[in-house]
Amino acid sequence: MASPTPHQPWTDPQAVPLIRFEGVSKRFGDFVAVEKVDLSIFRGEFFSLLGASGCGKTTLLRMLAGFETPSNGKIFIDGVEMTGIPPYERPVNMMFQSYALFPHMTVAQNVGFGLKQDGLPKARIADKVKAVLDLVQMGKFATRKPHQLSGGQRQRVALARCLAKEPKVLLLDEPLAALDKKLREQTQLELVNIQNRVGITFVMVTHDQGEAMTMSSRIGVMNTGLIQQVGTPVDIYEYPGSRFVADFIGAANMFEGSVTVDSPDHVTTTCPELEHDLTIAHGDSVPVGSPVTVMVRPEKMAVSRDKPAEGLNWAKGVISDIAYLGDVSTYHVRLASGRKVQVLQTNLRHTDEQPLTWDDPVYLGWHPANALVLTR
Amino acid sequence: MTPRLGRFLVGLPPYAWLALFFLVPFLIVLKISLSEPAAGIPPYMPLWEWGEGAALEIRATLASYAGLFGDELYAYAYVNSIRIAGIATLGCLLIGYPAAYAIARSPTAWRQSLLLLVALPFWTSFLIRVYAWIGILKTEGLLNALLLGLGVITEPLQILQTDLAVIIGMTYSYLPFMVLPLYATLEKMDLSLLEAAADLGCKPHQAFLAVTLPLSVPGIVAGSLLVFIPAVGEFVIPDLLGGPDTLMIGKVLWAEFFDNRDWPMASAVAVAMLVVLVVPIMLIQSARSKAEESEG
Repeated sequence: MASPTPHQPWTDPQAVPLIRFEGVSKRFGDFVAVEKVDLSIFRGEFFSLLGASGCGKTTLLRMLAGFETPSNGKIFIDGVEMTGIPPYERPVNMMFQSYALFPHMTVAQNVGFGLKQDGLPKARIADKVKAVLDLVQMGKFATRKPHQLSGGQRQRVALARCLAKEPKVLLLDEPLAALDKKLREQTQLELVNIQNRVGITFVMVTHDQGEAMTMSSRIGVMNTGLIQQVGTPVDIYEYPGSRFVADFIGAANMFEGSVTVDSPDHVTTTCPELEHDLTIAHGDSVPVGSPVTVMVRPEKMAVSRDKPAEGLNWAKGVISDIAYLGDVSTYHVRLASGRKVQVLQTNLRHTDEQPLTWDDPVYLGWHPANALVLTR
Repeated sequence: MTPRLGRFLVGLPPYAWLALFFLVPFLIVLKISLSEPAAGIPPYMPLWEWGEGAALEIRATLASYAGLFGDELYAYAYVNSIRIAGIATLGCLLIGYPAAYAIARSPTAWRQSLLLLVALPFWTSFLIRVYAWIGILKTEGLLNALLLGLGVITEPLQILQTDLAVIIGMTYSYLPFMVLPLYATLEKMDLSLLEAAADLGCKPHQAFLAVTLPLSVPGIVAGSLLVFIPAVGEFVIPDLLGGPDTLMIGKVLWAEFFDNRDWPMASAVAVAMLVVLVVPIMLIQSARSKAEESEG
């Protein structure tokens, strides 16, 4: 549940980003970890870098922290070029995946560590440590050592240690990966709340798309060192810019085809796997004849025994599998071409007199506005 | 077989070994230290005897221990041993810490070879290696030749047969005992802690002082004890490299046993060394291990 963001600075061409990557690449020997990344992150954002392991997201974060040096390109934080600036002089703090709490120090000493380095007077440090520990609800544990804490408590201390320094940017490397599922979901919302309260810009690395969707103002989807798409969770899910993103985020039915009609308000394509041409409303203008992929999300299709109304896209098939999940069911429908399509249906009624079942012949229908043409 | 019995049987050999080759000999030494010296074989009076009418006569005396306090030589020897061993331990720490640190931070593929190099001197006899230092340190030795050749000095230095030679010899001989436990501690340190320290504003040297050094204290303590304890009682190095003025407790022991043939006195020296040195060190160790346990 990304909090409603009153302003969306990325839509404003005049807005000055807090963080800017300009053509940043990173190579380790022959291996290209990050390739030509251009990215702007704005003040107050909760930005997530999302991708599978090895996609370069952590390397990008570590370059921001100063632990890795870009092979090419420049990174700016608040207008200052970061090349050659060591980690201890950057206005960012990082929350490590392992938390990296100092085992020989108490919780309070851990949280106060950065402030002590800044040469703050003892009384000020004590006040700030108390305030930030209260913020993460760890005030009672100030005198404990890290090994006396649970995983969730350590996570809070690690967060508090970063927050205490009031950085311009807080970097989070898989901050919730070490927590169990239930605690993780709780902590997601809490982290967003804390971010709203302190107003610090958060940049998070995660491989968990649910986490990224829940927490972020914007997401940067990464694959093989490249940023595939940057956008709000809604953008990324509803309007993926490429086959990779469509497939990576959520489930997608994709049909290969080619364009037969390209008119201002819709595109018509013919797909070998389908008996009927598909109409897609407000797609990008695509030249006739060019190969495209038509993407339809499972929940945007309807499955029924009756032929869909005129004007809808439709396909005919047989139910080959039903996954009943209580609130929803996923129907796997096999088309005449042998192609399988997933449809997600909400189970609105307690019981159905004639529920759809295995081997039932069915129609799939979807509105032209609910499909998307992908050219990449 | 119950698990309890199994544990007992597994634990038995080391304890039996220690009882047989440490506790029993120590008790024998303790017994001799309480006897009176005698001119004979063995060179001390029995501690107990069946006297007239089968009455047990015990003839224990603290004369040898009184002798320890009576002659300043012993106190001086103890203090000097502790001083020289202490300096040698410090020397080992100053050389050993950077070495262990460098090995622990070197590429993984190199570490085993570098550790092997540290342990390599053990392949050569200890005695030969100490003898070799005579060749290096003596007035017309390698070191003086080098320094004279470089023009650093004009007169050869008298290093051999001084405390300095003993300290050099000890530092050299015991260095591996310092490096290995330090390496073990430094190697297992989580490097993300150093990144966290840098991230929170520490320059590299500050991160070392605030994180690496405190976390390597167990290695420092272990290494220092492994060097200090045997160095205090060391006999070969002060005998070969030290001069007549280099009075160390190991040499005193030797003199009492073999020159004076005063076994009770020699035993008293040995027992006293154990009490003044090993007991406090054992207490420190147990306090430390308790502290470590509570740190987890």
